[in-house]
Amino acid sequence: MKNLVLKGALAVSALVLLANAASATTLEDVKKKGFLQCGVNTGLPGFAAPNDKGEWSGFDVDYCRAVAAAVFGDPTKVKFTPLSAKDRLPALQSGEIDVLIRNTTWTLSRDTQGFDFTGVNYYDGQGFMINAKKLSGINSALQLSGASVCVQSGTTTELNLADYFKSNKMEYNPVVFEKVEEVNAAYDSGRCDVYTTDQSGLYAYRLALTAPDDHVVLPEIISKEPLGPVVRQGDAQWADIIRWTHYALLTAEELGITKANVEEMTKSDNTEIKRVLGQEANTKLGTDLGLTNDWVVNIVKAVGNYGEVFENNIGSGSPFKIARGINAQWSKGGLQYAMPIR
Amino acid sequence: MASQDITPVGRSSAKASLLYDPKFRGYIFQTITVLVLTGLIYWIVHNTVANLQRAHLASGFGFLDGRSGFDISSSPFLRYTSDSTYITALWVGILNTLTVAVAGIITATMIGFIIGIGRLSHNWLIRKICTVYVEVFRNIPPLLVIFFWYLGVLSVLPQARQSITLPFGTYLNNRGFFFPAPVFADGAWLAGVGLIAGIVGALLVRRWATKRQMATGQQFPVGITSLGLIIGLPLLALAIKGFPLSFDYPVLGSFNLKGGALIGPEFMSLFLALSFYTGSFIAEIVRAGIRGVGKGQTEAANALGLRAGPTTRLVVVPQAMRIIIPPLTSQYLNLTKNSSLAVAVGYPDLVAVGGTILNQTGRSIEVVAIWMVVYLSISVLTSIFMNWFNAKMALVER
Repeated sequence: MKNLVLKGALAVSALVLLANAASATTLEDVKKKGFLQCGVNTGLPGFAAPNDKGEWSGFDVDYCRAVAAAVFGDPTKVKFTPLSAKDRLPALQSGEIDVLIRNTTWTLSRDTQGFDFTGVNYYDGQGFMINAKKLSGINSALQLSGASVCVQSGTTTELNLADYFKSNKMEYNPVVFEKVEEVNAAYDSGRCDVYTTDQSGLYAYRLALTAPDDHVVLPEIISKEPLGPVVRQGDAQWADIIRWTHYALLTAEELGITKANVEEMTKSDNTEIKRVLGQEANTKLGTDLGLTNDWVVNIVKAVGNYGEVFENNIGSGSPFKIARGINAQWSKGGLQYAMPIR
Repeated sequence: MASQDITPVGRSSAKASLLYDPKFRGYIFQTITVLVLTGLIYWIVHNTVANLQRAHLASGFGFLDGRSGFDISSSPFLRYTSDSTYITALWVGILNTLTVAVAGIITATMIGFIIGIGRLSHNWLIRKICTVYVEVFRNIPPLLVIFFWYLGVLSVLPQARQSITLPFGTYLNNRGFFFPAPVFADGAWLAGVGLIAGIVGALLVRRWATKRQMATGQQFPVGITSLGLIIGLPLLALAIKGFPLSFDYPVLGSFNLKGGALIGPEFMSLFLALSFYTGSFIAEIVRAGIRGVGKGQTEAANALGLRAGPTTRLVVVPQAMRIIIPPLTSQYLNLTKNSSLAVAVGYPDLVAVGGTILNQTGRSIEVVAIWMVVYLSISVLTSIFMNWFNAKMALVER
């Protein structure tokens, strides 16, 4: 009932808000408001979750802060809207949020439904987790026929799961919840044998289980899950800002610009660094984007470069210890490749 | 609408008198209301269309023919796979909503009548137990009652390998309630015929017995005879055909019990919660209805020599029904609408399935419209049925 009302209200407010939102560009709206409204996960440790001080932290959260820093020069001018998988796209559509940075897989159908993906900030793939203590002897996803599988509704995960079991002629019983907390609780209580979501998520949730060591993530990756920020279609300038914020983070890593040395780097003689940090004479790179010329400095000062964001939140500097893998720079065998800032 | 003749009577005399003419004023106000309403609807539709175009969104219901691509855990009445269309998925959702609503309404009514009558019992203990029941369940939000059953009762049941074994090959574990599924072989149709014949026979016996009692005053054990007919005839039919019926028993598989039939904990928790929650309201309605019947009626029945049971059954309840049925309708509607809380425990009802479709296709307006139309239709149909039932039960004034 609550949900029905919520949806109805959302649809109505979508109409009203859209009328208002469309009157100016998103950048003008955000500047007028004085803060960025960023849609994030309701609680995926490492990517977006409130920390023990009650502040939002995580990989996606840092991306929100980076955008705020680029727009306002101040990473604190951002408000977070936690969204379930089901509500995230309608919330963006309605104008409730300015940008959605919430482990959202880039797919053709989503791209053509009135949204634009601005890039891939994390290359992920869907995996399976099981309780190895209870189901000893299972070491491949192909042995899962007949299992009950916990999955979040309204995700690409749900669709991949159906495809995977069908193409391997296996049976399963889906146990579907709307909220990630409900999926976690159901898996932890033994309601299902298998938990499936993006592998990064599995590693993160595993640590939140009652006995993390009992659970293993199976080796199979059954899908491509390119996760990235999403904006409403039709505002090219705003999409550019989000897109180039990502490239700025990557470029900073490539050039060795870090949170600690960014001030120093502004005095560098290196032409490329000077250009990226807006120190070139008469540069218009930042202002053409609708920002200030020191936008990259602001971003890196706020959250560091891509490598720092990665390691602090989900990599070696975090409890999750996720390896860079295919998210390494292109020059190091990964897929992260920034377009040149020039 | 106001009538057309605003009459030329006072027209020449003064303008003011026309303004004070109630007919004329009524006409003006109705015109304004219609104009405002039309304008509002036009604005909403126009705005929606314009915004859909601006957001590059397609509209229309054509997407319902597309392949759904997701699986649904429970579809007892329709064959559904991930290859089925969105419209099939919606039907599965609608049927699941109806299943839990109908099952819930039946048990809630039974619980409500038992507890409601119990609250008026002469026995102190029964009365108090019923009061506690009503106060507890009436004062907890239905969502919490669902969580209580789902998280508090059903999910703490043992794992599949340590299932609780119950009689007749049934098992209970945290994956649900497993029971043997009947498998009908050739000739089992005769049992169905026997069942129908039994029910028809029972109805005929009842009619005959009432007639006879009216005529002669002699009573006939209708209850036992009916039971015998309804159970006996199908059994006889099976015996003639040499019992063409076997059972598929659940057995332990690699992950879970395999075979047999299953009622999942999602359905059970929703069903139990809705029954217990709405049952507490119905109990109060029943109590109010019985209280509403004059004490003189009971005394008169006692004076005629009727015992307590027949007095309640034949004198008090039929009169109480007049008071009970209208608010009962509201409770049935409430229960149906509350079933949309299913999303909280992952039962694939209309809202849950529709939500998934909404997310996969991005068609918010269409899906919300479907939700509203379906719930409205279910509620209106329930109302129509209950109004008919109410008219049938009303006392015929002579």
